[in-house]
Amino acid sequence: MVTRMSWTTRIDRDQCLGSGMCAALAPELYRLEGDHAEPVREGIGADERALDAADSCPASAITVRDGGQVIGPRP
Amino acid sequence: MTATHEQGPLTYPFNEPEGLGLADAYARALEHPGLLRVRMAYGEPAWLATRYADARLVLGDRRFSRADALEHDEPRQSEGQQDAGILSMDPPEHTRLRTLVAKAFTVHQVEKQRPQVRELANGFLDRMEAMGPPADLVEHYALPIPVAVICRMLGVPEEDRPKFRVWSDAALSTSSLSAEEATRNREELRAYMRALIQDHRDHPRPDLMTGLIEARDTGDRLTELELVDLCVGILVAGHETTASQIPNFVYALLEHPEQLALLRERPELIAGAVEELLRFVPLGSAAAFPRYAKEDVEVGGTLVRAGEPVLVAVGAANRDALKFGAPGTLDVTRTGVQHLGFGHGVHHCLGAPLARLELQEALHALIARFPALHIAGDVVWKNRMLVRGPREMPVGW
Repeated sequence: MVTRMSWTTRIDRDQCLGSGMCAALAPELYRLEGDHAEPVREGIGADERALDAADSCPASAITVRDGGQVIGPRP
Repeated sequence: MTATHEQGPLTYPFNEPEGLGLADAYARALEHPGLLRVRMAYGEPAWLATRYADARLVLGDRRFSRADALEHDEPRQSEGQQDAGILSMDPPEHTRLRTLVAKAFTVHQVEKQRPQVRELANGFLDRMEAMGPPADLVEHYALPIPVAVICRMLGVPEEDRPKFRVWSDAALSTSSLSAEEATRNREELRAYMRALIQDHRDHPRPDLMTGLIEARDTGDRLTELELVDLCVGILVAGHETTASQIPNFVYALLEHPEQLALLRERPELIAGAVEELLRFVPLGSAAAFPRYAKEDVEVGGTLVRAGEPVLVAVGAANRDALKFGAPGTLDVTRTGVQHLGFGHGVHHCLGAPLARLELQEALHALIARFPALHIAGDVVWKNRMLVRGPREMPVGW
């Protein structure tokens, strides 16, 4: 059985408040560039920490997708 | 005779409990790179970060821990060392609790409450007008707005305010309580919350407390004590800071009449003005909740060794000239003010979007209603509290 690991994550720069939440929570996935956060890279494995970051972001600026489907923030 | 050259740690805190000034010692510290060595009334000596970049590093880097404070003699203002609940946790435990409540406080969710907050603010102004001047802005405006908002969200009866205010005040008190008194106070607050939780278990309703109970009872995602302390934390943190900042901001604006006039003339500046006030007004009497280095880390040229605590002076970092132009000037037209008023990193204030909304609506409604707003008596400041602000602020209009 082949498991697809096609998660991607993005940050909406207009919504990002620069709280530093994601970069502190998952520095391997997100970093602060000046006053805003950005993903270290768009494509990530099935990494639960991205969902935690998306759930924790006070601005709801982080989205995580599995293929085309939005899986984070979790409902 | 090297001993004479060695300076001992500076006595900390620097700020006066009364008023909103930033102590000169911070201004001096900001002129030099590196961290200061300080000692508080209780606990071990600590490093003190005052510069913006250093503050952001310490608050936002996982090499610094809050949880480790529980295993050390944490630098503090009061005798008893207390577990600060979610603020004494690191990821992943911290994340487990935070994500249970984070969604209720996102910008998007909180924005839905704007019309109700506006209505609340105007309702309290109606009452003040009916009573006639002078009126205590704290008792009749600054306190009831955030109390009403957080009580409704969490599911706490607003009429219990006199009861939980006493405990809440004590929870944020610094040196006025002995360790035993502080513990007794915490247990009273927990007992109060346990009773409310039981009532919610028997009669579920659409509020945050019911949601957390469900996460506990059906999801087993937190312990009973975590549930109790999370509710207590949300209630206390959810109103005390905002209730202090509303009169603080009014006070700061009245001290800068040209800025207040500008804000009256251009009400669309309110959101930016609140960010600038969050930067400009040093809320804390002292840095609190030190971060412990998990490994050796260089911060602004100072080597912090593994196991050493660092206090972060947010009020000073918000006046760092390397980050902000004319940092000592209150300028409500500033844009993109990336202040540290809500902290930074995983412990960035959970309620920041709600606090912003309440501050915007409370300030806007007040200055629009009363064009001749002024202080009409002696301002009585809180003493020995983690957060500064007026206890009483008589105003006229």
